Amino acid sequence: MKKLLTILSASAVLLAATTTMAMAADKMPAVVFDMGGKFDKSFNQGVYDGVEKFRKETGIKYREFEVKNPTQREQAIRKMAQRGSDPVLGVGFAQASAIEKGAKAFPKTRFTIIDMVVMQPNVQSIVFKEHEGSFLVGVLAAMASKTGKVGFVGGMDIPLIRRFECGYIHGVKHANASATVYANMTGTTPSAWNDPTKGAELAKSQFDRGADVIFAAAGGTGIGVYQAAKDNGKYAIGVDSNQNHLHPGTMLTSMLKRVDVAAYNTFKSANDGSWKSGIQVLGLKEGGIDWALDEHNKALITPAMMAAMDKAKAEIISGKIMVHDYMSDNKCPK
Amino acid sequence: MGEDFLLIILTFDATIRVSVPLILAALAGLIVERSGVIDIGLEGKMLAAAFAAAAAAYATNSAWLGLGAGIVASVLLALLHGFACITHRGNQIVSGVAINILVSGLTVLLGISWFSLGGQTPPLTGDARFKSLTFPGAEAVRDIPVLGPIYSELLSGHNILVYLAFLTVPMVWWLVYRTRFGLRLRATGENPAAVDTAGISVIRMRYLALILCGILCGIAGSYFSTGHGAGFLREMTAGKGFIALAAMIFGKWRPVPVLFACLLFGFLDAIAIRLQGVELPLIGEMPVQFIQALPYILTVVLLAGFIGRAIAPKASGVPYVKEH
Repeated sequence: MKKLLTILSASAVLLAATTTMAMAADKMPAVVFDMGGKFDKSFNQGVYDGVEKFRKETGIKYREFEVKNPTQREQAIRKMAQRGSDPVLGVGFAQASAIEKGAKAFPKTRFTIIDMVVMQPNVQSIVFKEHEGSFLVGVLAAMASKTGKVGFVGGMDIPLIRRFECGYIHGVKHANASATVYANMTGTTPSAWNDPTKGAELAKSQFDRGADVIFAAAGGTGIGVYQAAKDNGKYAIGVDSNQNHLHPGTMLTSMLKRVDVAAYNTFKSANDGSWKSGIQVLGLKEGGIDWALDEHNKALITPAMMAAMDKAKAEIISGKIMVHDYMSDNKCPK
Repeated sequence: MGEDFLLIILTFDATIRVSVPLILAALAGLIVERSGVIDIGLEGKMLAAAFAAAAAAYATNSAWLGLGAGIVASVLLALLHGFACITHRGNQIVSGVAINILVSGLTVLLGISWFSLGGQTPPLTGDARFKSLTFPGAEAVRDIPVLGPIYSELLSGHNILVYLAFLTVPMVWWLVYRTRFGLRLRATGENPAAVDTAGISVIRMRYLALILCGILCGIAGSYFSTGHGAGFLREMTAGKGFIALAAMIFGKWRPVPVLFACLLFGFLDAIAIRLQGVELPLIGEMPVQFIQALPYILTVVLLAGFIGRAIAPKASGVPYVKEH
């Protein structure tokens, strides 16, 4: 019994010591990754690359947490703020309510959320014009397709993914007005982001109907789509981060959402004091959206495609082409 | 017409692909429940096998060694379940759920420490995957109406695990109904005291059933990562173990009805995929949410109205205590 008491008091002292140490430490930025994890070869990994770049450049370490189920989001955000982290970076639309609650509870902490808007005085919201990037890869898909039929596989059925779909359809029709687009959503629950088996089946069903290029905006589910494209000798288009390296020769391109730039800028601006709350919209013009061209897909891109892409890009930037934003009215005009 | 027919064949083709893990897992559940052990851990065993198979296949570049590793991992978990609820007479549901939770975390943890890809394994290529087998003459007969597509699309062109899964059904039927082992197995699940009186060890029978269950779940799990897919992703079994349990109850613990229950679930899944975004006559385009809820709605309707009472083996879930 006595021994037990000794251990207990010793651990209490130790606990107190670590707490004070944490309090004394300098303010550290923190990032809360969402489900999928920081090596999802997609969205979260883009953020990871950005914050790693910041760490390497400045030598400032950051706290991180990978959310494994929905209930952890709020705990993780609060915990980070409680431990004195600043700024706290939340990744993904799903963390919006957690960030909002955290921002109210810790009004002095700066929060940034990528991919969603949270209206709070101490929150910076970074969103992307995914429809512009989707339009671009849609143009490329239509030009690469031999059958005139292309596909789209979305993850969870939410307005954000509909925005990808809508932009993509417009891009395809822009390049080939008579093209057919098959669009499927994987599911209506968060597990739709992590179901490669279903992704492969959706892709196969579109190939069976004649599609030969598929754009997947579906997180981990996309891995199954790309594999199915490779197995069937068709093309696939990656999303969020550059996924061309996954299957060189199969990956036509990737639509880039420069979340790495967004994450890096957040930490950087918070560090040098230029961080501002409010909404930042990153599109083609701001360099927040792009399409990937590297050694893995160079051989697939013909000069004609290259020219069409450059033209479309310039026209979107100049405002000559207005890509419809699904989230502005929850509609996708045909 | 020819186009539509091909589309129907391709839907059945997809049905076969998605039914395979269900069939194997449901038969695994059938064997253990017939021996009187409930196994909620089918999902966990498949997930563990999927991970072990992908990891071993990646390391050795052999899908067969991957399959072996998957089976070993799954059998070890089955034995763990047995140790908890046969030897120590623990609660079988709790033990099964514990295995699911353990595997869900452990696969990701090991994945991160071995491959540093956030719990995924590297994508598998070449010999590390089971390849599709093309039947002789499949290309030649493709253009023959009706029979051609059936042969070349539906029957040919799957990997070996698919054929193995369908072969398992008559094998399990034969084992359960036509062998001495099967008779004893069924007796153990209905009236273990009588089996014990006859001088047969209930504990041994239940352990044997669990090992068989482990082997089948091991094959099912390997199918996810080395057959149908190419590599492991966290939670990639996506609840198939639970659907398999439902199919087992649906099929009233009998191999052939269980096969059809699995095919029905697989078919609903395949049709849900293909109905999305398609304009149907009269109704128009149906909302995605409805299409995706369809398998579950039909399950409830069928379970409630059409199959009648499903009666589990009497001693299922009851630990056997020898009387003194």
